[in-house]
Amino acid sequence: MKNLNKIIIALLLTPFIAHSQTAIKAEIIYTVNGATIKNGVVLIKDGKIEMVGTAKEITIPKNYTVVSSKVVTPGFIDARSVVGLSGALNIPTDQDQLEKSSPIQPELRAIDAYNPEEKLVAYVRDFGVTTMHTGHGIGALVSGQTMVVKTKPGKIDEVTLVPMEMLAMTIGASVEGNFTSPGTKAKQIAMIRTEFLKAQAYMQKQNDKDTAKRPAIDLKYEALSKLLKGEVKALITVNSSNDIMNAIRLAKEFNFKLVIDGAAEAYRLIDEIKACKAEVILHSTMSRNAGDMVNMTRESAAILTAANIQVSIETGYEGYVPKTHVLLFEAALAVTYGLPYEEGLKSITLNPAKLLGIDKRVGSIEKGKDADLVLFDGDPFEYLTKISKVMIDGQWASKN
Amino acid sequence: MKKKLLFFIGISFCIIVNAQDKPVAFKGALIYPITSKPIQNGTVIVQNGKIIAVGDASLKIPSDAVITDAKGKVIMPGIVDTHSHLGGPEGGDYSAALNPDARAFDAINPTSDGFKKALSGGLTTLNIMPGSGHLMSGQTVYVKMRQAKVMEDLIIINEKGLFGGMKMANGTNPMRGTGGFPATRAKSAAMDRDLFNKAREYKSKIDKAGKDSAKLPERDLRLEPLVEVLEGKRVVHFHTHKENDILTAIRLIKEFGFRAVLHHVSEGWKVSNEIAKAGAPCSIIVIESPGGKLEAMDYSSTNGAALSNAGVLTGFHTDDGVTDSRLLIRAAAMGVRAGMDKEKALEALTINGAKMLDLSSRIGSLEKGKDADFIILSGDPFSLYTKVEQTWVEGKKRYDITNPADKAFLVGGFKVYSTQREEYLNHDDEIGN
Repeated sequence: MKNLNKIIIALLLTPFIAHSQTAIKAEIIYTVNGATIKNGVVLIKDGKIEMVGTAKEITIPKNYTVVSSKVVTPGFIDARSVVGLSGALNIPTDQDQLEKSSPIQPELRAIDAYNPEEKLVAYVRDFGVTTMHTGHGIGALVSGQTMVVKTKPGKIDEVTLVPMEMLAMTIGASVEGNFTSPGTKAKQIAMIRTEFLKAQAYMQKQNDKDTAKRPAIDLKYEALSKLLKGEVKALITVNSSNDIMNAIRLAKEFNFKLVIDGAAEAYRLIDEIKACKAEVILHSTMSRNAGDMVNMTRESAAILTAANIQVSIETGYEGYVPKTHVLLFEAALAVTYGLPYEEGLKSITLNPAKLLGIDKRVGSIEKGKDADLVLFDGDPFEYLTKISKVMIDGQWASKN
Repeated sequence: MKKKLLFFIGISFCIIVNAQDKPVAFKGALIYPITSKPIQNGTVIVQNGKIIAVGDASLKIPSDAVITDAKGKVIMPGIVDTHSHLGGPEGGDYSAALNPDARAFDAINPTSDGFKKALSGGLTTLNIMPGSGHLMSGQTVYVKMRQAKVMEDLIIINEKGLFGGMKMANGTNPMRGTGGFPATRAKSAAMDRDLFNKAREYKSKIDKAGKDSAKLPERDLRLEPLVEVLEGKRVVHFHTHKENDILTAIRLIKEFGFRAVLHHVSEGWKVSNEIAKAGAPCSIIVIESPGGKLEAMDYSSTNGAALSNAGVLTGFHTDDGVTDSRLLIRAAAMGVRAGMDKEKALEALTINGAKMLDLSSRIGSLEKGKDADFIILSGDPFSLYTKVEQTWVEGKKRYDITNPADKAFLVGGFKVYSTQREEYLNHDDEIGN
């Protein structure tokens, strides 16, 4: 009887659990990884993009729900955020992005802190962010780990794409404000180098043939080992020219994969960045010309892109009001400062997907990719255009 | 006191006299005069720092005029930012919660490169606010974005003979709880009321003395500006966020009969009818997301629509560095995105701010006889792709996007901003609250 009940309940629930099959007709589809399609159709089946093409090419199956839109883009990917660890209340109980007990704590996992029910997660989702690289914040030499999530509602395991994405690091004035030591730039670098050397020694001892001589598990060096083995990248927030060079020098010395984050003065170091093959996540375009970012330019995205450095734009971190930027608006502003239109879209879709190593699943409108889509009633970047719907994994996810 | 005023007035006359003699005419633009209907293919003519004519294509242009073809452009009045912290205004220190004697005027760096940033955003008039973190942070300053060496070059005397208001704040902002600062909302209001009662007594002594200067009370720098507040000459600029704090501010306004503009007003949409009934104008901020502090959790971008629809005189401000002077027009666009009427949003950027500062007889619209403060835009003010191409202050071109030295302040870059670092550090006190 019990089993029968379960079966009945399961049958009743089936239509709701199963992904609905949807067809989206749009005047413009920005696939991002191919030609822009005019008068096109996207077919969505079981949470994935089944087909994309012109209305002439695609026949919409009868059982598909048809939705019309002016413009469709891939769901946006925020290359770097702290939303979900940092909450809107901005009180100690909802600020988990920075642990100030020690300046180097790579063992802190983002998955132990991320709150999928944070109000700001829903807020950014309504502005088209479907995937987010979030985690530990700026302000410590190594503040902890980052993760990649879908912004859809759900338990943490259901929304996690990559549980450990990168190690979040910062070199700059903010670190000195948060700890008594380091109190100088030279000390910051000395402390990082010291720990990285210890991690190298730890890795060596782990390989000792005599198992008795192998060290006990140390969470800090386990995490740093992943970086030094090339399993994860270092996400180093650096803005001034000398700090960007500090990050590059560290990457060379310890041979790790470097993502330069913030990068306010990257436009001054194009050759150096290219030479070390570092990737770049660029600060929000609306950032202030102040502090370590005093020399920022709103043309950075355009300058770097023109120099063949692929740019992903982030919302980053804000300590006060507003607690988060809106990714779409940051890319839009970059477009008005010389970033080509389609590159503007790529900076918040395909480029971050590649940088995060998730481009097989997200970042463009292509057959087989996750059905993460944003529907607009006009030019996505224009001030007065509205987002009509957001889809994540084939499900409508926005409040609209 | 009066001598000082005459001195300031004298200086502003000098500036006007020095402006260009030949008329300058702009032809063919879409003109938003604000106080009258938009003019397609319009003409605006300025001379000696003033607007001498605004009209359609049939407007007669003086034969000696320098004519600029502005076809395809949009011309509107210079933007009024009713709440800025550019220039490092400081204000009161933390020795007292009430600092009516502290003048932002005495602290501001008149050559701050922040003002060049403001010009690149189309701003021509600012209300620079001292503070914050006090019940009363001090006297604000109304400035024009003129070429300046000293503060006297920047100030603008309003219809009440003053060049500033009085900054007040309630809610958590002044609630430090130590060193004579209130720890609760009731204590905040009690301290405000106490000071206003003292100012009332002081004022009645002055009134009783009449013309007999021997009977005048001793001069009191703290109470003098509050007498101006009680007389309705000096407007209170009242920082307030939450519904209950907004209503507390209104209660104080009623009790002491002063004039006040409510600032930020994050929860204004909840009490828009009460605000309208009290006749208090609102100078609102547009932020990218709610929160960042508890009082802004219920912030809504629909504030502009809700307040203006309720009949509240509504303006926008930057609170620079909380938001950026280069993005104030965008802030109004965000208001429109959230439902505000376009026409009302244009008023909110110009004439409404002018009214809040008692300056609407001089600025805020394109009308004959008003100051020649205007901006030339590349297109629709509320389009992302539109740029402020020129900013004119009293008949002088102060910003031109085709001049790389000017454009640098719009875009940023290496060593463009030099004084900003220090000034933003000053502002950190507010950011901590």
